[in-house]
Amino acid sequence: MSASGVAAKEVSRVLGRGSTPRLLRALLPALSLALVLLAISYLNPRAISYFGFTLMLNLAVPIALATIAQMFVIAGNDLDLSIGAFVGFVGCVTATWLRETPLLGTLVLLGCIATYAGLGALIYLRNLPSIVVTLGMSFVWQGLAILLLPKPGGKAPGWLLATMSFKPPLIPFPILAAAVIAALAYVGLMRTSYGAILRGSGGNAVAIGRAGWSLLKAKMVLFACTGVFGVLSGLALIGITTSADANIGNGYTLLSIAGVILGGGEFVGGRVSPIGAVIGALTLALAASPLLTFMHIPPDWQVAANGATLIVVLAARVLISRKEAER
Amino acid sequence: MTVTSPKLVKLDGIEKHFGAVRALGGVDLAVGQGECLGLVGHNGAGKSTLMHVLAGTASADRGSLTILGEAPAGYSPGIAKKLGVRCVFQELSLCPNLTVAENTRVFHPSLTGFNWRAKAGRLILEKLDAIFPGHGISASDLVQDLAIGRRQMVEVARAFTATDEPVRLIILDEPTSSLDAHTARQLLGFMRRAVADGISFIFISHLLGEVLEHCDRIVVMRDGRTVADADATTFDRDRLVAAMGDVEVHARETRANKGRARGQSPLRVRARPRRQSGIGELVAHEGEIIGLAGLAGHGQTELLLAIFSAAMRADARAEVTASVALVAGDRQADGVFPLWSIAENIGVRSLPSLRQGLLISPRREDALANLWRDKIRIRTPDVHHNILSLSGGNQQKALFARALGSDARIVLMDDPMRGVDVGTKLEVYDLIREEADAGRTFLWYTTETDELKQCDHVYVFRNGAIVADLTSDEVTEQKVIQSSFAEAS
Repeated sequence: MSASGVAAKEVSRVLGRGSTPRLLRALLPALSLALVLLAISYLNPRAISYFGFTLMLNLAVPIALATIAQMFVIAGNDLDLSIGAFVGFVGCVTATWLRETPLLGTLVLLGCIATYAGLGALIYLRNLPSIVVTLGMSFVWQGLAILLLPKPGGKAPGWLLATMSFKPPLIPFPILAAAVIAALAYVGLMRTSYGAILRGSGGNAVAIGRAGWSLLKAKMVLFACTGVFGVLSGLALIGITTSADANIGNGYTLLSIAGVILGGGEFVGGRVSPIGAVIGALTLALAASPLLTFMHIPPDWQVAANGATLIVVLAARVLISRKEAER
Repeated sequence: MTVTSPKLVKLDGIEKHFGAVRALGGVDLAVGQGECLGLVGHNGAGKSTLMHVLAGTASADRGSLTILGEAPAGYSPGIAKKLGVRCVFQELSLCPNLTVAENTRVFHPSLTGFNWRAKAGRLILEKLDAIFPGHGISASDLVQDLAIGRRQMVEVARAFTATDEPVRLIILDEPTSSLDAHTARQLLGFMRRAVADGISFIFISHLLGEVLEHCDRIVVMRDGRTVADADATTFDRDRLVAAMGDVEVHARETRANKGRARGQSPLRVRARPRRQSGIGELVAHEGEIIGLAGLAGHGQTELLLAIFSAAMRADARAEVTASVALVAGDRQADGVFPLWSIAENIGVRSLPSLRQGLLISPRREDALANLWRDKIRIRTPDVHHNILSLSGGNQQKALFARALGSDARIVLMDDPMRGVDVGTKLEVYDLIREEADAGRTFLWYTTETDELKQCDHVYVFRNGAIVADLTSDEVTEQKVIQSSFAEAS
């Protein structure tokens, strides 16, 4: 073997080799997205275009952001049942205070992120189940949103509208945005050295604690990240819909959880994949209304059909990973 | 016997209680620089608890701890690490969802910066190469994808890696229990080389031969106290066992299977490993104890699981003619139900017989649990305590009780004696023999030659296939290792 061959082997040993099962696991979410795209292009070939994608994936950006938000808490073995109500509350703040009194709006949004970090601390220190705490918080957020905006209304700030209607050349904006979101979350959670600690706290918290790391800090950072991406999701949503409603984000709680799982994440064990989660969110966004509309399913049945698609896609993922484990 | 080298670590009068249970009752222990201290004792004698105190993961109720002549204030795992105390715990302390390199980074706060991944990878591989040549682990492997033996290798190697913190004392709590004979020897050899370089060790093992051969000094613990402390050369196997407070080491070599011809009794299991080429299959008859040998992770567990699932539904590769129970080896992953009590953990395999109408009868469940607690001496005041209140070896005993207390005619054992002390082992050997004579069949995967000697027939595995088929008279460590390596070298 030549010297360069030896060196290359050494590098692959240290940095990674093409481990097939892991590669397959990572490719599964992309496969389900490809299937949905294939179905759409079969039903309506004209949808596969710059304009078509911009239209179909418009709402995918806030869903992707909410999914990433959910992914951070799931990485720490928790679940956030308040993310939908939270996105709704952020939306109401955005459509009112952020436009009228930007300073107050910004402070409130920063306060929201601090609240999330505080929730993480509470859950860790008092050893509370996150499901209970966040379920309670979902009513708090919803109540605050209704107080702020009793009936649908408000208006998105101009800069936000401009951002969300940005038309980049060649690549549709939602796809570009999804790529940026995925890259950001991937680098932050999977590549940084502290990201390894965060994921480790979901995998084996005792080991992380024994190695001298603060589990309190890890939990707070994870929840703060959820807060940050939740705020971004609310902003993006209002940038698209232009006005707000206290109930606007309600569907996001379950969509975000489904997105994380579809993207290859698991509820426990710190096993999450940011890129997979974004792909999962895109799949859900496409499988939700565009695909069903093209299939001529009446709107009355779309919610039920949406649920059925979700079950089929998730079941397929489980089946494929089980097949792969058997091999 | 005094040690002339300067004292590195000194523990004085350490006491520790868990509720009403006294785990440590005033223990004194000292380790010198460049000394290898062997620590032996029964399950529940307090060895692991003492090591947790030393590593900072548990605090003592009373007593003092000095490291390098100073008593560190607010002792914690972080301070222990800064002072150079490393610990390889019995329960694996790796994050399964992280890669080998990332687990190394978790251990070293100073591994940051743009290139941390490569730095961490090189650090751990260097040590793996030094301790376990030919380990076959890549730094980018996810720990969850590694077999338990390899996980143990990573864990051990990680304790030796050094960045900006010194390495002075390494506590190895049952480090060889998940390793096969070959890698265990590699580790012990490396340990002696490190001792020569001035690193101190506390080595805990139930394999008394290892302790006698590789330690400078041996401390024996019993019921939360040290009962003997002397140079290793002054001990031999029998003295150690006597100090641990055991029955005499009775005729270990006796086998009750004398003169029984194979194949007289009805067939119980016939199975073929998936990667078997040519002829070769595992056959077990009623009342036989069949050993599965070879290096760790060469297909033994896989075959046991295949047999287990074949008992539930027909499988082309395996034929099973009676009910089956499994004693798991990786007890944290697939053994105990951590939220359940000891009684519930024991009873779960026997639920149909514990039923009263539609419900589980607590009375019968308790009766079963108490019967087995007394029979194999699970050390607990009450079987209703949570299973995790037991020490590692006692948890394993409960898993034994689960299988032996059930109605299964075939018991599959996946290296079940990890972390079980000598006295218990001998009792369990007898129990297994007794049950086998009563008509139960045992399939026993083990990495210890002593245990293979208890078997009527041994199959040696390599690369997922059976490569040797030894009768009980042919089983020697040499022979097993020879077959395990035959074509590889």
